[in-house]
Amino acid sequence: MTTTPQRFPLPRLIGLAVWLVLLTLLSVWMGAQVPRWLPVSASSAAPLVDGLFGFETAVATFVFVGVVSVMVWVVLFNRAEKYDMSDAEPIEGNTTLEIVWTVIPLVLVMAIAAYTIQVNREIGLIGPMDHAHGPATANSAPATPLPGGEVQVIARQWSWEFRYPVAGVSSTELHLPLDRRLGLQLESEDVIHGFYVPAFRLKQQVIPGRSITLFLTATRPGRYRLRDSEYSGTWFAANQADVVVESEEAYQEWLRRASRLPLQPGLSDAAREYAQQLSGERPSGYATIEPAPPPLVNVPGSNTLPHDG
Amino acid sequence: MTSTAGVESRILRAPHPVPGAPDNWKRFFSFNTDAKVIGIQYIATALFFLLVGGLLAMIMRGELITPEADLVDRTVYNGLYTMHGTIMLFLFIFPVLNGLNNLLIPCMIGAPDMAFPKLNAAAFWLVPVFGVILMASFLVPGGPASSGWWSYPPVSLQNPLGHLINGEALWILAVALSGISSIMGAVNFVTTILRMRAPGMTLTRMPIFCWTAFSAQTIQLIGLPALTGGAVMLLFDLVVGTSFYRPEGGGDPVLYQHFFWFYSHPAVYVIILPVFGVFSELFPVYARKPLFGYPFVAGASLVIVGLSLIVWVHHMFPSGVPQWMRDAFMVTTMLIAVPTGIKVFAWLATLWGGKLRLNTAMLFALGGLFNFVFAGVTGIMLATVPVDIHVNNTYFVVGHFHYVIYGAATMGVYAAIYHWFPKFTGHMYYEGLGKLHFLLTFIGTNLNFFPMHPLGLMGMPRRVSSYDPEFAFWNVIASLGAFLLGVSIIPFLLNLVSSWVRGAKSPANPWNAIGLEWLLPSPPPAENFEDHVPTVISGPYGYGTGRPLVEHQDEIERALLQA
Repeated sequence: MTTTPQRFPLPRLIGLAVWLVLLTLLSVWMGAQVPRWLPVSASSAAPLVDGLFGFETAVATFVFVGVVSVMVWVVLFNRAEKYDMSDAEPIEGNTTLEIVWTVIPLVLVMAIAAYTIQVNREIGLIGPMDHAHGPATANSAPATPLPGGEVQVIARQWSWEFRYPVAGVSSTELHLPLDRRLGLQLESEDVIHGFYVPAFRLKQQVIPGRSITLFLTATRPGRYRLRDSEYSGTWFAANQADVVVESEEAYQEWLRRASRLPLQPGLSDAAREYAQQLSGERPSGYATIEPAPPPLVNVPGSNTLPHDG
Repeated sequence: MTSTAGVESRILRAPHPVPGAPDNWKRFFSFNTDAKVIGIQYIATALFFLLVGGLLAMIMRGELITPEADLVDRTVYNGLYTMHGTIMLFLFIFPVLNGLNNLLIPCMIGAPDMAFPKLNAAAFWLVPVFGVILMASFLVPGGPASSGWWSYPPVSLQNPLGHLINGEALWILAVALSGISSIMGAVNFVTTILRMRAPGMTLTRMPIFCWTAFSAQTIQLIGLPALTGGAVMLLFDLVVGTSFYRPEGGGDPVLYQHFFWFYSHPAVYVIILPVFGVFSELFPVYARKPLFGYPFVAGASLVIVGLSLIVWVHHMFPSGVPQWMRDAFMVTTMLIAVPTGIKVFAWLATLWGGKLRLNTAMLFALGGLFNFVFAGVTGIMLATVPVDIHVNNTYFVVGHFHYVIYGAATMGVYAAIYHWFPKFTGHMYYEGLGKLHFLLTFIGTNLNFFPMHPLGLMGMPRRVSSYDPEFAFWNVIASLGAFLLGVSIIPFLLNLVSSWVRGAKSPANPWNAIGLEWLLPSPPPAENFEDHVPTVISGPYGYGTGRPLVEHQDEIERALLQA
């Protein structure tokens, strides 16, 4: 059966054009809403991620609303009459259309992929691969700072400890200088954790037996949340710390003052809750791994102050 | 004429599995080898576990309705979410789809039963066995497995009490048995589809559901051995003290992630492909139009199978994989949008200009398509590395996944259950209750799972038992949606039970649908067409074309009407 090309009467063509324009406007508008859904952007990577996400949101809106408007149209206007038991016109396919809706999505997703690969390059998330993929040495325990690793991040069940080997400082609150690219050397003493600061749009699994260097540049002063993003056991949800981004001078000043403070137990919500359970103040449930004791640090810092994202 | 005579005599002496026959119900509790009995056994078992998994989900949402960990202890929450995921996947969605496979494949292709009926029954009876093992893990000292349904080491290897029999060991055992059951099922389905089709039913005349079931079961055969191997090594690490994944013994925990996702990503296609099949069957029936572009829709399933096996690393973008791997797996993941898009556009073109009948089955199919498209566009976002790095392991992924698994797959399963309910029970369901079920499900799904997307964008990690107060607003809405979904099950079960017991008798072809299963009485006799398998003379979905599907179709239909 040869299908004659469908002839579009003018009103229909205009309707289609208006619909496409509205759909495009809506998509562009949705793409522009993205910053309102995300935390503040506080690293050099964040604007790139947000830009990509905005673009994807616009494309996604176009596709989703486009499909749904077809569905709404047929549900409204292509319903069978109540006692109409007949069949509709049997159209079994159209090769030209099939090619069109294969090629357009193909080009579209490959364009998104190309854009993304470019963003990946710019972000340069992981440092040299030999850091991330080095042979898993049995005892790559902390104490051997790698080049570029200005801050050593040690994840435990369930606390975060940050060491500044050059300044001889340790803390349970991460301090970072503004506008300077630096490497965080991520290490875990027990299970896999995830280093995740939503305001930085960065996330990296912290894998026991490996030392992974994560480079980042903080671009906005403030106090942000660091969350454990890889399920790590009982107090996974409570394994949070704060990240303080401050000017280079304030950062150096903080390091100087911190280095003079005596060691004291750092923050560990897990250890606190566990102690409450042992003393009966808090009910307990199934068996659990005991939390590591709070690390001894110069600066415990805080994880209860209001944060910016 | 032989076929006419055959149909009549067959109907007369058919051992109809109709309710009311003396002790008829007992066959559902026996080692019965009839695929239609096994199908209903699968579906009933799966629906029971849907209730269990749903109950766990509602306790979780009860905990998450407030930021603090206050309703249950954190260890209990971790056990709940682990068991929720495990039950829903291994004891609800896989079994329910295998139930549909059992009911539909033999009837659709005109086979009397599955290729290996005893293997089929054995595969089913493993389900209650590992179901009991998994449930028993709630009772062992130390509680059930609580390391998530991924069970990543090293956290899954931590055994606080040191017992040999612990929740995690039982979990691995149950998952391994589930894998064995699925492989046994897959061997059966693939063989049946390839070897037992009616005369004249070439592959290109096969209904799309069979194409998608074939594709999905092929994935099971290729992928499951990887997971099973990975799980056996995990069990050894846990109970014998090997170091496949233990870093302190020279093992690599990331290796497990590869084994796990090599199967568990394609597993999502094992789930969604048959649902694509359901959509492809239902839209033509209720739009009264042929499926648009049948060969493309059928072929797209195979393309999805191929691609599904080379995308697993997109679950591991933040796991310390090199940049080239991130880029390569992003590209393969993106490519899946193309065959999937072909299907979605084909369904839209099928609906376009049709004569739509919005009964419960059609509403569920449309609702499922709506949710699937939403899940599809968020899937593209998740495929792109930088965005994934931000939302990976946050509620954004949980939202995306539940739109696929509940919004699309489970709603597609509901659509299938309603559509084929009259065929396999011999009774019509109640439209009113069905539409109520649809409305509650559709609203509940979107209330429950949409808020997870903004939460993930804001940075709320998944699997948390407590969270920062800024996440409270959307969590309250999600919890309300979850409770509504709990309520939505009530009209569903009420409908199933009351319709089966006292629903109006169903004719052989209540929807005026085209397909071999509709040329059988409702419910079909034990051996379907027995020795009188009709000869297929045209492709499926000939709505409006006036083409008969089989030889002597008029006579068969007349015989069915007279019976």
